[in-house]
Amino acid sequence: MPSADWKRPSPRLRRARHLEAGIGTALAALVVGGSFALSSAAKGAIAVACVLAGGVLLDVGLQRRVGAWGYLEREDDLLIRRGLLVRRLSVVPYGRMQFVDVTAGPIERSFKLATVRLHTAAATTDARIPGLATDEASRLRDRLAARGEAHAAGL
Amino acid sequence: MTAPEGWHRLHPLSPAVRAGRLTIAFLIIFVPTFAGGGSGGWDAAGHLVVLLVLAALGFVAWLVTRWRIEGAHLRIETGLLRRSSRRFPLSQVQAIDTVRPGLARILGLTELRLRMGGTGGAASLAYLPHRQALVLRARLLALATGAQEDAPEPLERVLVTVPVRRVLGSLALSGPALLLVVYVVATVVGLAHGGSAAHAVAGSAVPVLLGDAVALWRRFNRAYNATIAAAPEGLRVRSGLVETTAETIPEGRVQAVQLVEPVLWRPFGWCRLEVDVAGRVHDRSDERHDERQLRPVLPVGTRAEAAALIELLVPAAPQPRRKPPPRARWKSPLRYRRLAFGYDERCAVATTGRLARIEAWVPLTKVQSLRRVQGPVQRRLRVATLHLDTAGKRVGAAFRDVDDDESLRDLDRLIELARAARRA
Repeated sequence: MPSADWKRPSPRLRRARHLEAGIGTALAALVVGGSFALSSAAKGAIAVACVLAGGVLLDVGLQRRVGAWGYLEREDDLLIRRGLLVRRLSVVPYGRMQFVDVTAGPIERSFKLATVRLHTAAATTDARIPGLATDEASRLRDRLAARGEAHAAGL
Repeated sequence: MTAPEGWHRLHPLSPAVRAGRLTIAFLIIFVPTFAGGGSGGWDAAGHLVVLLVLAALGFVAWLVTRWRIEGAHLRIETGLLRRSSRRFPLSQVQAIDTVRPGLARILGLTELRLRMGGTGGAASLAYLPHRQALVLRARLLALATGAQEDAPEPLERVLVTVPVRRVLGSLALSGPALLLVVYVVATVVGLAHGGSAAHAVAGSAVPVLLGDAVALWRRFNRAYNATIAAAPEGLRVRSGLVETTAETIPEGRVQAVQLVEPVLWRPFGWCRLEVDVAGRVHDRSDERHDERQLRPVLPVGTRAEAAALIELLVPAAPQPRRKPPPRARWKSPLRYRRLAFGYDERCAVATTGRLARIEAWVPLTKVQSLRRVQGPVQRRLRVATLHLDTAGKRVGAAFRDVDDDESLRDLDRLIELARAARRA
């Protein structure tokens, strides 16, 4: 499938992921460092250094994962690809969509981002697109809803 | 029993049956207390008060529950403080079951359960007099499939009856039975080696064995006297010794079919056939029956019987002829010899299984979405897995470890075929 037409999450998602990785690492460093520092300051410093190194790795991984997300609206279906280690490609026909969700967590909201999630009657369908700009997310939702209406099919 | 405007109530004894085992337990506790008399007057009075309160609660629950058919909907109203009124569109009924626990059978009552598509759960009418339940089921099925409403009960053709001997044999060769054997052996060995070890084993065994016995009993009850019959509206499945159930799976509501051949059953040529219909289990009344495991249509049958049913459920199904490339052996060493797949314009089929052999069919009209998944090991081996998602609870077909390039071609082809099947 040609990669040119694939749309990607907003560049702001990268910054949001940086922030998430940062917050997670800081919390982990605080807890781990604090508990090790009780016995000796040197141990605490080493533990914090380890956690920070882990945090950097996590951040790199998250950034690369953001790069792997993509979606493609075709005539009859929506394609979503994601994943770095485990690569996934989901195909959801518009006619099979039951409903479309737009959600935004606190961090996403502060970056004016939202996640669009498609639901079909199958529980195993796992189709979501994170990190869309809020207005793009609602436009996509409306487009998907309209196409779903046009293609609707029974169970 | 008919209230104004076509509203109906459930049978007045419903709360007692619904309390089920509790009722029996109460009878066992109370009858001796009252018969014994004098020994503890206050005690007996206390029990009596509890009983009266429970009975009153049951009576109120019965009083506020009513149902009626409104055009193409079934409406059930219930609840005193939190009133709930649910409308179930009959056009979305996936299957209709009648369930009769032992107590209900003694009283001549039946629960009617409508399995709905999507997240609608199940509509349950518990309990109705048996005769009324049968008439209502025929009427609801007629409404659901759009047939003549007052058509006579159609004739059925019995396809398979499972002999009790085979049910017992299959249970003896099942997981819970093996667990039982292991525990007995462990206890005997423990005894031979002296007291404390045996006590430890026996002590830990009691709850496990109880659970095990319950599981075995359920399976036995579920498989006992299983009869599968073809009727014009679909497949009818009946079974049960104490609690009897009768399911009707309307034609065209089958999301997936799965044939399982456990390794221990292989010498006898036995297999289990499971049919998945839409509707996820959210309902409390379903949890009680532990339906996380699919109710098999054919709990234990021969291959010939299964083949006949499969032909009925997915006519002219394709054969799984294509194999993954030999290099996939590195990723699925145990499964490789079983992996195969195939599809045509109407249906996809895939086989898998490490010890047991599992073959699954999915009609392409029922495919909800398609997924291609490639893990790190698969990427190195240049293979990928295609999943066909259906609205069923558990069964879906997966083409495992297909060659990388082929998988993309097959994905495109399946998208096309599924679209064509949807439109047909």
